[in-house]
Amino acid sequence: MEVTRTRVDDLRVRQLRAQQMLRGELAGADLDEFVEERLLFTKLETAQNWARKNCLFPLGFGLACCAIEMITVIGSPRNDLARFGAEAIRFTPRQADLLILSGRVSIKMAPIIRRLYDQMLEPKWVISMGACASTAGMFNNYAVVAGADKFLPIDVYVPGCPPRPEALIYGIMKLQDKIMGEPDMGWRERYRAEGTEELA
Amino acid sequence: MPDATGLELIAQRVRTSVGDEAVTGTIFQRGQATLEVAPQAVHDVLAYLKQGDEEPWTALMSLHGCDYLPDEPRLAVHYQLLSMERTDRLNVRTRMGIGEAHVPTVIDLFPTANYHEREVFDMFGVVFDGHPDMRRILMPEDYEGYPQRRDFPMGGEPVLYTFNEGKYPRWYD
Amino acid sequence: MTEQFDPLEVPYRERERSVTMERMGEQPVSGTEALVEGDRHDELFTINIGPHHPATHGVLRLLTTLEGEVVRDVKPIIGYVHTGIEKSCEDQQYWKAITFVERMDYLAYYFNAMAYCMAVETLLDEDVPPRAQYLRVAHMEINRIASHLFALATGALDIGAVTMLWWGCRERDLALDLFEMSSGQRIHTRYFQVGGVIEDIPPGWEKKVREFTKVMPKRLDQYLDLLDRNEIWLRRLKGTGVISQERALELGITGPLLRATGHPWDLRKAMPYSSYEHFEFDVPIGVHGDNYDRFKVRIEEMRESCRIIDQALDGLPEGPWITSNRKVALPPRHELATSMEALIHHFKLVTEGFRVPPGEAYAAIESPRGELGCFVVADGSAKPARVHMRDPSFVNLQSLPEMAKDSLIADFIACVAMLDPILGGIDR
Repeated sequence: MEVTRTRVDDLRVRQLRAQQMLRGELAGADLDEFVEERLLFTKLETAQNWARKNCLFPLGFGLACCAIEMITVIGSPRNDLARFGAEAIRFTPRQADLLILSGRVSIKMAPIIRRLYDQMLEPKWVISMGACASTAGMFNNYAVVAGADKFLPIDVYVPGCPPRPEALIYGIMKLQDKIMGEPDMGWRERYRAEGTEELA
Repeated sequence: MPDATGLELIAQRVRTSVGDEAVTGTIFQRGQATLEVAPQAVHDVLAYLKQGDEEPWTALMSLHGCDYLPDEPRLAVHYQLLSMERTDRLNVRTRMGIGEAHVPTVIDLFPTANYHEREVFDMFGVVFDGHPDMRRILMPEDYEGYPQRRDFPMGGEPVLYTFNEGKYPRWYD
Repeated sequence: MTEQFDPLEVPYRERERSVTMERMGEQPVSGTEALVEGDRHDELFTINIGPHHPATHGVLRLLTTLEGEVVRDVKPIIGYVHTGIEKSCEDQQYWKAITFVERMDYLAYYFNAMAYCMAVETLLDEDVPPRAQYLRVAHMEINRIASHLFALATGALDIGAVTMLWWGCRERDLALDLFEMSSGQRIHTRYFQVGGVIEDIPPGWEKKVREFTKVMPKRLDQYLDLLDRNEIWLRRLKGTGVISQERALELGITGPLLRATGHPWDLRKAMPYSSYEHFEFDVPIGVHGDNYDRFKVRIEEMRESCRIIDQALDGLPEGPWITSNRKVALPPRHELATSMEALIHHFKLVTEGFRVPPGEAYAAIESPRGELGCFVVADGSAKPARVHMRDPSFVNLQSLPEMAKDSLIADFIACVAMLDPILGGIDR
């Protein structure tokens, strides 16, 4: 069968080409062209990060009122975390990679959270959801640890009391950008702040 | 709520059955009746109110403490009684100073007082004699101090403004 | 060949019997004896369920002593989310303390604010205008529905009926939309203020609420269709976690747990507050006091709440939505431009807050979990001297060891699910 060298833009035409490839009818230069059109070159780290960011496993962990909003994000049909690939909640820290600290961290609970965090395997990220986990929130007193970043490295802080589900999803999207390696998302060019990167 | 005269009658009946020095006062304010009793007589008074009185108060709804600093005697334990048959509430209060913060437990009369008494002990340091499990319930087990007393500091972190941010060392200093 | 001890030759049960501890001295429940004669479990195994566990509804730690699969003793350990709210309130003005108090029982935020506002209004001897009372009732009943929905959603998730989680959250989003429309926040709206509500309802609110109450009973029927004829659901809930009425009264249990045992104690009917006596509604009660009755009581309470909301909106009176006593409530904004007095009142209220004459008051309401009481001590200044909430979950938790004794772990988890503990209220 004669094979013509035309640009394949139409979907039906592409489907037919794919069928030809699968049947083994393409050969030589046609096959090379077919493959080159569908090939993506990237670094291994980028591919790895892309896979990681689209498949976060949150740890099922909720402390207080922000946990209600977190369950709404995970469980409600309206704001749904499954769109971002993160619907597989793992309740054991050995299998999870995202710890969403939702709620106030009291002094009795802090060592337990640290233990959970230590039990998680690399790579792991922490989102501090709500005002009480980021700072003390409104509970600046004897019983609350003023911010979980006193004992945990935190990647994204989501303010709010409690933050709306959309706000939490925005925080997760920011975390996804951070995993990809572009945490600033272009503001350095916009504000001409090149040279302010922290290399640590 | 029993009205003012009803409260006086209750106080009279308690005095006759438990003893004169048991009841130290009555307060009727804003429609709420409070019977003030001496600390060591609490168990007898509540036993009488639950079983012996002609209008018994069968349910203990809440047991909480309060610190009346600078008013002496400082510490107080409040017992909020409810009668479901007559839909009536009565508050029984006992006040004591810091040095004599011991009250007999009422757990045999009202088993619901278990956690409440532990919480009052945790927060105010009032020891309930006869409680089977007198230890801290909300704070960590080895915490020192009784947080809800008025002279216990609020704790927490100081809020940094520009005028005082130089005074507090940060974690990266 | 010498006699070698080969571990694989030892029967499996022998290997397990490493430490023998004293028995607890009671006879096991019939049906849970070991199947092989003479092969009792002498070993009691103490395990920690929580504070991080999928089924504990927050950070509740349960120190469980098991004999095989049978729970012999449970000790709940709480305090992992203790925030010192009561002490923080002593440092805030009265109207600022409303936001603190709301965050205690974080599913029933309107109820916390209501109990506190009722106590402060008792101390101030303040009257709440009828429109504010009806609006308070409407918001509280919508919150009751939302709270019961969440309790059922997570409870059913624990027991295994995962669909209920999606459906419960879906309906709950409708209720939270109503809150967002009236006050701007979905959760922890500081809508109730001392003397009334902070703002009147916007124009489209009534219509949306009526749509909600029209759709809600049909959804409840949908839930019952899913769950009520499911053999697994019925077998897991019926007959488990039984507590008798006398024991429940002794333990101070109120709310759906007490009503499931058959005692019709409901503060909305017994000691009505905030014009609940104007509404006609029934109080559902159960018969056996087991988990199934608690589930049914909650479903029926949601139906009754829809009725109350409809009646409240039907009879919503015109008038002010907050007390007109300018010493307690902020004056409306348009007055600030014309009246000097209003400006001074506004200034004093915002900077210092209103002062409350010395006294103590205890106000109790019926929250979705039971009797929620608030005890406020005022000493004449602008800040309360003591705020204490009698939280229903704190008291209901004392019934857990009795409910769970001599039951299997799965029944025990169902007990925790249907007990509906809210750790924010327990720990405060």
